[in-house]
Amino acid sequence: MNNSSLPMIFLLLAVAGLVFGIGVVAISRRKARAVPQIQRATPVAPVVTPAASVIEVGGVVEAVAAAPLSVRDRLAKARSSLSGAVGSVLGRSEINDATWLELEEALLRADVGVRVAQSLLGALQTRVKAKEITTPAQLIDALRSNMSSQLVGTSRDLNFEANLDGPNIWLMVGVNGAGKTTSLGKIAAQQIALGRTVLMAAGDTFRAAAGEQLSTWAERSGAQIVRGAEGGDPSSVIFDGVQSAHSRNIDLVLADTAGRLQSNTNLMEELRKVRRVAEKGAGKVTEVLLVIDATTGQNGLQQARQFTEATQVTGVVLTKLDGSAKGGIVFAIETELGIPVKLVGLGETIDDLVLFNPTEFIDALFE
Amino acid sequence: MFDNLSDRLGGVFKRLRGKGRLTQADVDEVMGEIRTALLEADVNVGVVRNVVERIRVQAVGTQVSEALDPGQQIIKIVNAELIAMLGGETLKITYASHPPTVVLMAGLQGSGKTTSAAKLAAWFRSQGRNPLLVGADLQRPAAVEQLRVLGAQIGVPVFSIAGDPVATAAAGLAEAQRLGRDVLIVDTAGRLAIDTEMMQQVADISKVVSPHYTFLVVDAMTGQDAVTVAKAFDETLAISGVILSKLDGDARGGAALSVKEVIGKPIAFAATGEKIDAFEQFHPDRMASRILGMGDVLTLIEQAEKVFEKDQAEATAAKLMDGEFTLDDFLDQLQQLKKMGSLSSVMGMLPGLPKEAKDAQISDDMVKVTEAIIRSMTPEERRKPEIINGSRRTRIAKGSGTQVSDVNKLVKQFSEMQKMMKRMGGAGGKGSGKGGKGSGRGGLGAMFGGPPGGIPSGDIDLAAALGSRLPPR
Repeated sequence: MNNSSLPMIFLLLAVAGLVFGIGVVAISRRKARAVPQIQRATPVAPVVTPAASVIEVGGVVEAVAAAPLSVRDRLAKARSSLSGAVGSVLGRSEINDATWLELEEALLRADVGVRVAQSLLGALQTRVKAKEITTPAQLIDALRSNMSSQLVGTSRDLNFEANLDGPNIWLMVGVNGAGKTTSLGKIAAQQIALGRTVLMAAGDTFRAAAGEQLSTWAERSGAQIVRGAEGGDPSSVIFDGVQSAHSRNIDLVLADTAGRLQSNTNLMEELRKVRRVAEKGAGKVTEVLLVIDATTGQNGLQQARQFTEATQVTGVVLTKLDGSAKGGIVFAIETELGIPVKLVGLGETIDDLVLFNPTEFIDALFE
Repeated sequence: MFDNLSDRLGGVFKRLRGKGRLTQADVDEVMGEIRTALLEADVNVGVVRNVVERIRVQAVGTQVSEALDPGQQIIKIVNAELIAMLGGETLKITYASHPPTVVLMAGLQGSGKTTSAAKLAAWFRSQGRNPLLVGADLQRPAAVEQLRVLGAQIGVPVFSIAGDPVATAAAGLAEAQRLGRDVLIVDTAGRLAIDTEMMQQVADISKVVSPHYTFLVVDAMTGQDAVTVAKAFDETLAISGVILSKLDGDARGGAALSVKEVIGKPIAFAATGEKIDAFEQFHPDRMASRILGMGDVLTLIEQAEKVFEKDQAEATAAKLMDGEFTLDDFLDQLQQLKKMGSLSSVMGMLPGLPKEAKDAQISDDMVKVTEAIIRSMTPEERRKPEIINGSRRTRIAKGSGTQVSDVNKLVKQFSEMQKMMKRMGGAGGKGSGKGGKGSGRGGLGAMFGGPPGGIPSGDIDLAAALGSRLPPR
């Protein structure tokens, strides 16, 4: 047992004991009412779904691919309060307090976070004081190149080891609704297009119909799929997937996992086990992809920390960047935690999941 | 993680201690800390600007009491302001005179619409209503299947037809009337606010079902973009309220504040867990302290109320204070505590805990080990742990499958806790009991050195200093 944590249990109990003791007394006095023993309402006899009223959805609307746009075009579509601020900053003849405030707010609006924004601007303030930078244009350039230099130089290739005895295993992890299953489906289609054989392991046994969702993607992409029972043990589903891939000589296992909030200790423990068990068979986990929604705010950093701690995340997939959100939190994740952003989701079609290009990402913010 | 506002302000005022008068720079620093705290909670930049200005004004208007320390006073003002912003009019569901009452769910992809739709249906059922769920998300593979599975779990029928979402919604309405269901909940596909085609589609759905309530589902982890999204959806659909999803995580949930401020619509519900019944009406006061990172003691008390018998709780509290708390009581407490949910979630709701405590990973397995050790003791040993000698220790360790050192640690910690409780019982126990919740909180804070206390405030002329920042009126 974890030695350092034992005192914490006592601390917790002590506090909890007091809180409920005092709290219950206070509340019961204040409201002068009995303590309700509320049993959460759970329907006793489930109404049987009227068969006639349910018609299974057969076909799934396939998102229609428009003419492919460049990453820059798409980011520009959702662009960009930063560029607005840049225009305003450039419109001034000098660098003054308003300049700094506008730049800071612009960075904050992109979700890079207070600390990162202040450290980016702090470095520049020193240089302005030293008269190294004198015009707003120089300032913008310096900010852009500072940001770029913090992102370039990292390898962003998806890690595939060709000479393994068993399959490569890529594990998808992340919070609920980030886009794990969809990203997995797209990655499968792309890898198959590259000539690799792919098997999907439907490790999300929790969310209703997650397996069906993945099956649809398997059909679309021509990947094989291993599914377990709903509510079953995700580790064993993924282990079975790896074994089955090995026996069929399949190159790559894409393992889906259920979305979970990083603060849920038990579910994070389950994920740790998933990663451990995945390597018990013939395969090797060569990539753990953390899927993060571009709308995510400062909590993204905490997500990255906790998921990395549990599963040694090797890369980030930033989804839904085609919306109005900037995804600036990945800048903090990459610079503060050193986890590279590898893929970016820019739309609904398979081709819309593209390799992350830091220069384009930052340029798009500044254009 | 981030420091809470109380810690932040504590740091500032500690440095200002003994200063006769706050300078303008000092006030700016205080406001700066408030700004940072709000930004780290993902409150929108523009909203933060307004809030901080309002807080500054209010701080000036408030008579600064000499008895209270300024840090706590500022926190009170900030807290009150946030509650006022989050609260205001609450959404009260009234049912249509010609059923069904139609509810439309909208939001971005992955915000939690389908799950929230099912949870909302379960909530309506608990209110004695008979909802029908309509799966109009024909975009995401198996979304309707997901809704169907959830519907079966809660005993609510699900309707959907393949093809066109607008037609599905219209047919769903007719189906609800045919079946005599009095609430209709329409789940729609996730869409980006800037996708005009998809926004038109959801507007069309809205037109054919004419919803009485349109809920925007917002992920509690959303950052600055929440405002843009809420505005766009409100312009298209005239949102009646917001459902805040995934609030069981450790996100501060500043998005709630931003959305409320910008579109002026109430946060109606909050989803607080994976289970279908983890869904409740929104409490602005709890959200305020959460945004400020100051724990959620009210929810904790409410949960405690559900699992603890009142008399028993009072007895336990008394025992704790008097230091008559035995390992048996402790074991008992553990059992009760377990009913309140995972330890980490309970920890998360406690205010004023030191950082180390919050960061420590507390897993429920550790409780099991602790239980095993206590269960391996004789009744006498549980009453008087001091009789546990070497051979007893070995026996207990063997019985519980632990190490002798684990047993030692437990016994030592327990006796320290007893001492601490006795001290507290002597010092503040009676006061807390009489004073109720407020002083209870203070007691805890003092115990863990949480909110800054005991700073002489008479020598800090806060109001005057704040006033100096105001433009002449």
